[in-house]
Amino acid sequence: MKLKALTLALASSIAMTSPANAATEIQWWHAFTGRLGDLLAEQVTKFNASQSDYVVVGTHKGNYSETLNAGIAAFRAGEQPNILMVFEVGTATMMAAKGAVKPVFEVMADAGATFDPNAYMGAVKGYYTDTAGQMLSLPYNSSTPVLYVNRDAFTAAGLDPNMDLSTWQNVGKALDGLKAGGSTCPLTTAWQSWVHLENLSAWHNVPFASKENGFAGLDTELTFNGPVQVNHIQAMGDWARDGKFIYNGRRNEGGANFRAGECGLFTESSAGYAGVKKEAKFAFDIRPLPYWEGVAGAPQNTIIGGSSLWVMAGKTPEEYKGVAAFLNFLSSPVIQAKWHQDTGYLPITMAAAELTKSEGFYAANPGTDIAGIQMTAKAPTGNSKGLRLGSFDQIRGIIDEELEAVWSGDKTAQAALDSAVERGNVLLRRFEQANR
Amino acid sequence: MEKRVTFKGWILPLCLLLPQVVVTAAFFFYPAGQAIWQSMFIPDPFGLKTQFVGLGNFEYLFGDRYYRAAFGTTAVFSGLVTLVSMTVALYLALLADRLIKGSGVYRTLLIWPYAVAPAVAGVLWLFMFNTRVGVVSWYLGVLGYDWNHVLNQTEAMGLVVAASSWGRISYNFLFFLAGLQAIPRSVIEAAAIDGAHFWTRFRTIVFPLLSPTTFFLLVVNVVYAFFETFGVIHTITSGGPQQATTILVYKVFADGFVGQDLGSSAAQSVVLLALVGILTVIQFRFIERRVHY
Repeated sequence: MKLKALTLALASSIAMTSPANAATEIQWWHAFTGRLGDLLAEQVTKFNASQSDYVVVGTHKGNYSETLNAGIAAFRAGEQPNILMVFEVGTATMMAAKGAVKPVFEVMADAGATFDPNAYMGAVKGYYTDTAGQMLSLPYNSSTPVLYVNRDAFTAAGLDPNMDLSTWQNVGKALDGLKAGGSTCPLTTAWQSWVHLENLSAWHNVPFASKENGFAGLDTELTFNGPVQVNHIQAMGDWARDGKFIYNGRRNEGGANFRAGECGLFTESSAGYAGVKKEAKFAFDIRPLPYWEGVAGAPQNTIIGGSSLWVMAGKTPEEYKGVAAFLNFLSSPVIQAKWHQDTGYLPITMAAAELTKSEGFYAANPGTDIAGIQMTAKAPTGNSKGLRLGSFDQIRGIIDEELEAVWSGDKTAQAALDSAVERGNVLLRRFEQANR
Repeated sequence: MEKRVTFKGWILPLCLLLPQVVVTAAFFFYPAGQAIWQSMFIPDPFGLKTQFVGLGNFEYLFGDRYYRAAFGTTAVFSGLVTLVSMTVALYLALLADRLIKGSGVYRTLLIWPYAVAPAVAGVLWLFMFNTRVGVVSWYLGVLGYDWNHVLNQTEAMGLVVAASSWGRISYNFLFFLAGLQAIPRSVIEAAAIDGAHFWTRFRTIVFPLLSPTTFFLLVVNVVYAFFETFGVIHTITSGGPQQATTILVYKVFADGFVGQDLGSSAAQSVVLLALVGILTVIQFRFIERRVHY
């Protein structure tokens, strides 16, 4: 009896596993842990359950930089995954690696999958398309910076929490009021280069780099030492000197201080929403990123940060079919709408945004639609499509260093930005040489 | 007179040497040769194409004022780490050597930090000195000192030196204590009877007799400060602010793995290789002469 049960169990387990063995395995290397990692794993499970031809296996390979390095090292060893998650600053590196990647539009065409690039939000898609408008990688998580307001801090300082904060001039007045009201941290920020230089430039429709921010050629040069950027960084430097802008670090260290209720204002990615909502024990709201009144063309549109999925070269047609099916699944409105609502990342397709709206999510969570509006209100220009610069991870490091020199009062904004441009251009020339 | 062992023929000595030669060739000559070879090329990250540039990578490196500055930073950093970790360890070893009761516990506790990996040590120190939530920086704030190693270069250097030296003190302590205990009691007692005080005894007898240990630790600590402190710097400052804590090894990592510039990274490894070779030669030729065995 016992033996029979055992045989049955064995037989059934063989029956269970054999279709899985027949299925094609798709490797996906990503950089997400914690809650984002769980949500990603949920998407994979849903896809695997929805069909039986392919099995997607998600593997965490460390942070964004580490994941990119793992992918590069694996490619050199001929062991690359099918899909690699690459952060937006690695885009130029991946694009230059012709022969190592298979563009998404090609993957879709070869697999005969239905694929409409126009279903994606223009400002998101633009970051990852070539000059001919063809999509090279699939946007996965995309966010854009917004302004978080601690309403209780405003009330405590005797300010009207509903005051207009759409311009930096008005923010300046609010900072005066918060400081006078005894705030120890009127303003803090996350990702200073991304928010206060890269997005600042796009938002005011001024170039960050020549050749359409690097989209039109490798011989691009940095140009973010123009008057708009210098004036903004100088204003921030003055605020830092007066104790109105508190610098906490290069990444999102400032988030801990804002969520603890210490800070009045916080410039951070729209994807910071989930964390603030969960931890903040004060009333907060989300506003669009401020702009300088008087700059012609401002506000234009902001640009994204986050990652996209690159399909690696050198795999079998069968595997590419699976990749195409999986990427299509990820872009489907239901999956995207859920991702957008759970994380605060942008919905990458118009349909997902519509679905979220019709479900009443924006009405129940005021401010969560601001990021989307900020990116799509105007058609992107050559200055606001995004950035495509080689060695950009390292250039950001240089910008961080130079900005820190401004915050500490060691350098003026003009001197710091001139130096950052000069040092960054050396790296761009080096990248151009390596990819000639 | 030197002792010499003479072999008849070549076979046996060759066989005896072989394991060492094979290990050195596989783990030293081969990778070092690879680094030298790679330093003459600019490859793209994926290894799809590569260009020969001869000494171009070195020209590029030495034309970069931040690379030249990294030599100074490395000298200051290694010097401080070696000095701090050795003097503190020697001081603690002297105290432990004089203990009669409870010395076992005292020694064991002093050795503990050595078990902490550099990256973890970095995180521990970072938490204590975190500009907003750190315990130490909070107390400094109470005393009226505004600690901010994120922006202040001197504070950043101080913090990475402290974190790197901390675990190293235990290691040095072990060696110093063993060295102290190997000094014959009779010599010290004789000096004491002649009326030499502690400090005189230390200066004229203990320290010279300890010199082989000190010399060994000097070599080992400089190499440690050069190569093994990467984890501490990576976790605490990432080389900042304004590259104030970017030592040569950290720059190899930053250019190779953040910037994906493998040509420059290889060239930097070659420079490091030469530098450590020169340092070791200097140490053995000039400092070892003053060591009494």
